Amino acid sequence: MTTAAPTSHATHGTPAPGAARAVLKAELRLFRREPGSLFWVMVFPTLLLVILGSIPSFREAQDDLGGIRLVDAYVPVTVLLATIMSGLQAMPPVVTGYRERGILRRMSATPVRPSAVLGAQMGLHGAAALGSALLSLAVGRMAFDVPLPRQGVGYAVALVLVTASALALGALVSALSRTSKAATAVGSAVFFPMMFSAGVWLPVRAMPDALAQAVEALPFGAAAEALNQAAAGDWPGPDHLGVLVLWTAALTAAAGRWFRWE
Amino acid sequence: MPPPIIEVRDLRKVYDGRAVVDGVSFAVEQGEIFGVLGPNGAGKTTTVECVEGLRVPDAGAVRVAALDPVADHIRLTRVLGAQLQESELQPKLTVREALELYAAFYATPADWRPLAERLGLADKLTTRFAKLSGGQKQRLFIALALIGNPRVVVLDELTTGLDPRARRDTWRLIEDVRDSGVTVLLVTHFMEEAQRLCDRIAVIDRGRVAALDTPAGLIGRTASSTVISFTPSVPLDPADLAALPRLASATEKDGRVTLNGTDDTVDALLTLLARRHITAHQLRVTDTTLDDAFLDLTDTRPGHHGAPA
Repeated sequence: MTTAAPTSHATHGTPAPGAARAVLKAELRLFRREPGSLFWVMVFPTLLLVILGSIPSFREAQDDLGGIRLVDAYVPVTVLLATIMSGLQAMPPVVTGYRERGILRRMSATPVRPSAVLGAQMGLHGAAALGSALLSLAVGRMAFDVPLPRQGVGYAVALVLVTASALALGALVSALSRTSKAATAVGSAVFFPMMFSAGVWLPVRAMPDALAQAVEALPFGAAAEALNQAAAGDWPGPDHLGVLVLWTAALTAAAGRWFRWE
Repeated sequence: MPPPIIEVRDLRKVYDGRAVVDGVSFAVEQGEIFGVLGPNGAGKTTTVECVEGLRVPDAGAVRVAALDPVADHIRLTRVLGAQLQESELQPKLTVREALELYAAFYATPADWRPLAERLGLADKLTTRFAKLSGGQKQRLFIALALIGNPRVVVLDELTTGLDPRARRDTWRLIEDVRDSGVTVLLVTHFMEEAQRLCDRIAVIDRGRVAALDTPAGLIGRTASSTVISFTPSVPLDPADLAALPRLASATEKDGRVTLNGTDDTVDALLTLLARRHITAHQLRVTDTTLDDAFLDLTDTRPGHHGAPA
């Protein structure tokens, strides 16, 4: 087994001022050079909403959804889709590739810790997910008259929490995958159940009770309900937010436990 | 005399119960080019990775400019620049962006423009890392190792993948770097490179220092410092050859005789040929190279002295 040097002695001096900013700037540039990722993270969720919203039956009130339209139900779904695409599909191959190619290792030989790259990647993918989520809300409002969340703060809290758990899940996928190909494969294997639990195929509130309860124990299922509650004007239930916090903490701990810098 | 800038004492590193580095000690003086030479898998890279603070030694002590590479890692990275084996950069990062990024890591970086110029990267500044040739990538990594204005630079297999011209250019650059006062720790398996560049060389074999000397000193300590080859006009009596003084080895192939020995061997051979009235066609007398010395020092067979096959 190779033993990486511990990285916990960052207190023995700080890197040049602006080093972290330079890393973030470089990673932002590189992020913008990935048209595939940009499409799936920034465009695809809203595009899906537009396509579904263009189907006339999606714009009719549904009794089994409590009188709302399918397009209303799909706004939170596409919001969640943005976080899944960013955290679980786009980020893991990048981070794993950085380790696989020795980029993180090369950085350990400089005054900057490789964790700065990881931080920049998580920050950028988190920001992209939130940006894409806002785009979906805006297009829903403008194109299909989907009301904006009535409990805005509660919605934002749930959105930030689910983004954090998506990034933590992606970090765990990176930690467990030796190669970027493996990260893509593992990411996809987790991707579909997460999409299902977010309600991409069937909105959570249209699911049978037993299934809905099971799905609400998962981060994206809990997030779907939390977003729905906030959209309707209520503060998201502490049970749903609690599920999100627990998942984020557990996934972060696991990713930290198994992540290797080389 | 100032204290050594790099000190390695009884360094030991074990992987899977096998000691990859098993009691390596050496000291590098300020301003010298110090070579670490050895066969593949001898523990060269592991040794310098402990110097770089990228590996934690299992036993022994390492000091670079009085710093512990592991405990004082961040401070170490300000005085030590490294070019690692088998590391890459982000595929879509351009040369210029990489130089600017790494320059931003240091409080007082070198100006990257003259550095890029010196390394022949000036016309590649907008090229992405993935599009660079092997040699260009290597030169970029040398630039990144130097960009923090280090006092010590560690170069691991630096000319691997370079064509002969680029290799010679790189050697001149390394000499310039040394002349500017920077200490260079050079890992290599190219004898020519070690002989040309290094002030002193540690030959590492199976995790231990097999020899530590100047290139000339290493060559001089081999049993046979001279190689004599010729095609005799008539076959020689093997008994005559065996009686030559200080002869380390004698081989014959297709009528051509190759002897390893010393100047004494040469003198005695010429006397022998004259006495027997034998003409030596295409007579060549050459010094043993570092190659021969290296094979001699790292050979696994006991009592064997590297005779050319």
